Amino acid sequence: MSGTAATPPTAAGAPAGPTPILSVEGISVQLSGRQILDQVSFAIEPGEFTGLIGSNGAGKTTLLRVILGLQEPSAGRVLVAGRPRSRRNPLIGYVPQKFQLDPDMPLRARDLVSLGVDSNKLGIPRPSRARKQLVAEMLDAVDASSFADARVGTLSGGEQQRVLIAHALIGRPRLLLLDEPLANLDLRSAGEVVALLSGIVKRLEVAVLISAHEINALLGAMDRVVYLAAGRAASGTTEEVVRADVLSKLYGHHVDVLRVHGRLLVVAGAGEDSDLAGHEVAFPAGEPRA
Amino acid sequence: MSDAVKAVFETGFFTDQPVHVALAVGTVVAVITAAVGVFTVMRGQSFAGEALGDLGATGGSAAFLLDVGPLWGFTLMSLAGAAAMELIGIERPRGRDLATGIVLGAGLGLAALFLYLDTTYHNTTGATITVLFGSLFAISSSTIVPVAALGAAALAIVLMLYRPLLLSTVNADMAAARGVPVRLVGAGYMLALALAVALAAMTIGAILSTALLIGPAATALRLTARPGRAMLVAALIGIAAVWLGVLLAYDSYYWPPAQHGWPVSFFVVTLIFLSYVASGLVARRRGRS
Repeated sequence: MSGTAATPPTAAGAPAGPTPILSVEGISVQLSGRQILDQVSFAIEPGEFTGLIGSNGAGKTTLLRVILGLQEPSAGRVLVAGRPRSRRNPLIGYVPQKFQLDPDMPLRARDLVSLGVDSNKLGIPRPSRARKQLVAEMLDAVDASSFADARVGTLSGGEQQRVLIAHALIGRPRLLLLDEPLANLDLRSAGEVVALLSGIVKRLEVAVLISAHEINALLGAMDRVVYLAAGRAASGTTEEVVRADVLSKLYGHHVDVLRVHGRLLVVAGAGEDSDLAGHEVAFPAGEPRA
Repeated sequence: MSDAVKAVFETGFFTDQPVHVALAVGTVVAVITAAVGVFTVMRGQSFAGEALGDLGATGGSAAFLLDVGPLWGFTLMSLAGAAAMELIGIERPRGRDLATGIVLGAGLGLAALFLYLDTTYHNTTGATITVLFGSLFAISSSTIVPVAALGAAALAIVLMLYRPLLLSTVNADMAAARGVPVRLVGAGYMLALALAVALAAMTIGAILSTALLIGPAATALRLTARPGRAMLVAALIGIAAVWLGVLLAYDSYYWPPAQHGWPVSFFVVTLIFLSYVASGLVARRRGRS
């Protein structure tokens, strides 16, 4: 896929090579008269680590909900492993954005991970050694064994993220969707979660689509970026997408992309209105704005 | 029997039929309300539970008026209330509270009318006390079977829905992403809640049914970090409170004022409250807040 913005679904015949684990084809969503997503198309290959980047309100959560089947698009379709997605899709694991649990909820990290195995089944689960073993392995894989018996509601944000990732991964999905998992984490916890994810992607051969409003935490880990702005998307490698010409087209007005100390900054061009204020990818404190 | 045993178990406790009925019905109700109540506390739906109990009172007072068994009055009205709350819409917690409040208000208005008619035209002066505060000793032995059947239905629903209900209680989006029909599961839970609360309202009274629904469950949440175990602990607490309450109420016939006996609901609810307070001390000692 090239780094051009917002093209309709590719008409260039059948794609060669392996079937993408996820194909988003011309997805549009209107919510109460507002165009949230406008002809969004991209594909993710198996085992790819993809960042879904955009400011708050760019449509990241809506796009993830469409992929999950929780939101009906007004146009377009989503293919998972080459097939139209069904509501109950074991190929997709999901880590939600808002996760709040009272500290007194009687649910250990271990219980939440165990619920990932077969939570849609009826009846009480039979205790089984294989299941316990699987849960223990998964907790170990996300480095959560030390707090496996603590109530989930008492864990820190970073610890909860790791437990949620284990919950999502235990069903052995081939695509893991994470909605802003880094939003409320400090820099160090965010780095740990990203490192953990990129390790797991390679080990378990799971593709990851992770939404974030800040690209820099993901720079080292991403194979691909899907950049959302004004409801439209551009997809490709970071070099292909996070460029002045591509993003200017996406935003609909001129922006500059700066590299400072290995970090990417997207800045509204000179003479522009400052309606880009909420759209920057990164603005470290004290950095002069154009 | 030794004198000590006699002092605790007054003569006749083990042979009195109302005691048997009270213990049987009380045990069933304690188990059901514990299983349902753990989810009620986790889902933050105590208000809905309270409202359904009060609506049960509306049905109970209507049953007195029509001279049909109070069990059916309590159950049907509680179910109708749950259905009305579901239909009004409960997408957001605030909407859920409003729906509950509106249905509850309407129901209590009817209860006021029915209880007035009960006492003025029907000459059932005891109806108000029985409906609102219940009495395990006043339950007819013929209700044991229907109580057990309705209780088994409520318990079966909760156990069947255990996993999807637990996950949608933790996070609705995560459950939906896993293919759980969240709304349907929630409706199934409301059905179980309506049944459990109706049974509790009939036995210890509409006003006190919340105590049996929420008290043992809230106590259990402090004592264990595991959801399944919380249901077991809550059931044990509920059973203990009911049995001890029945025993104390039976003994209280010999307390002042003599030959009257204290209401059994008072003992049950007080014991539940005390266990909740005690569990707070246990949890604090363990260093958990």
